[in-house]
Amino acid sequence: MTVSVRLPTVLRVQAGGQAVVELDGTTIGKVLTTLVDTFPGLKGQVISEDGTLNKFVNIYINDDDVRYLQQLDTPVSDGDEISILPAVAGGAH
Amino acid sequence: MKSPSFLLLPEGPTKNVARYTSVLDLIGETPIVDASALSPNPNVKIWAKLEGRNPAGSVKDRVALSLVEAAERDGILVPGKAGQVLIEPSSGNTGIALAMVCRMRGYHLKVVLPTNVSIERRQLLEVFGAEIIESPGDEGSNGAVKRARILAQEHPEWVFLYQYANPANPNAHYTHTGPEIFRDVPEITHFVAGLGTSGTLLGVGRFLKEQKSATQIWAIEPPTGEMVDGLRNLDDGYIPPIFADLGGAEILDRKIVVRPKESIEWTRRMTEIGLFVGISSGAIMAGAVRCASQIPEGESATIVTIACDDGWKYLSTGAWTDDIDTVVERAKKVIYF
Repeated sequence: MTVSVRLPTVLRVQAGGQAVVELDGTTIGKVLTTLVDTFPGLKGQVISEDGTLNKFVNIYINDDDVRYLQQLDTPVSDGDEISILPAVAGGAH
Repeated sequence: MKSPSFLLLPEGPTKNVARYTSVLDLIGETPIVDASALSPNPNVKIWAKLEGRNPAGSVKDRVALSLVEAAERDGILVPGKAGQVLIEPSSGNTGIALAMVCRMRGYHLKVVLPTNVSIERRQLLEVFGAEIIESPGDEGSNGAVKRARILAQEHPEWVFLYQYANPANPNAHYTHTGPEIFRDVPEITHFVAGLGTSGTLLGVGRFLKEQKSATQIWAIEPPTGEMVDGLRNLDDGYIPPIFADLGGAEILDRKIVVRPKESIEWTRRMTEIGLFVGISSGAIMAGAVRCASQIPEGESATIVTIACDDGWKYLSTGAWTDDIDTVVERAKKVIYF
């Protein structure tokens, strides 16, 4: 499965300045492992030392937050768009 | 002889009380209207709770009153005492609602407001006498929160009610909005609302799950857009303290992003059933429609959504009248949620 992973500005430096990278994997966790293997500078940023998602990071698959799907076990399909985004105070009235 | 229909009294519940001693008594008890004509699934009903009926025009009236009353109960604010100043970050509705309450109570309110909100939001703050402190538009609400926290630290004499961290925010929804929804639509299976401070979702969500644990709680958020570009590292990120403190991750069942184009399309579609609501309400309806389309064939469901405010404050954005691509580009630059 090849998916595109969109990186936030804050992580692009460690990924050679790229905003979007194409990666393979069958689950979100596997795609992220490949991401960190490809760009070792990202180690510990997206996934914490204990193997869970960094709490200040939200990961979306086609605009659906994976934390409320199957987290790192969420399956991915060819052509899916994955976005990694810092948690921020959203719209909020 | 059959009476002409225009002479018939409207059906449905009638309020016994038509006289109120204070505008603040008009907060809450908002109507819920059947919006199922917009449902893509004939087995799924959609109801919209019209929070624009609150006196200062949004769901945030409930929060503002709850925040102020809690502070008064705790003695942090004293009605009638001179020289009391409040500071609060808001991209609009909380500020407007607080401004109304503060005006009535005699408190001076300073609102930290991102520069890129609709002109009507800014004007309404001024209508109720709030002082505006600007924060950079490209930092969005995140920037307003950051600046308000700094100012509150520098001025310990100011009262910082801090809606993102104050349990009186979700509590307004736990004690009022949630019970109203469950009373009016007891068959509810899904609750779909916008995620900002997370107050509505946490308060209503917790109440509904206590009544019926199978109720699904869906959060709708706008894309963060360019505001995250300014973050220097991930730990600059922000999770509302109430979300962490009240176990938000356990209350929510889904969280999805609805983009500006879909938000505006659904804001427009809602006029088909007579609903003139704000753009975040369109985003939430878009989320409810996605939710409805995911209900498996043969199953039925009842979704309740929140229409946070009415459309008046967004007329200047041209959301209903201008070319949609132009409006979408405009929406990317303003905070509409």
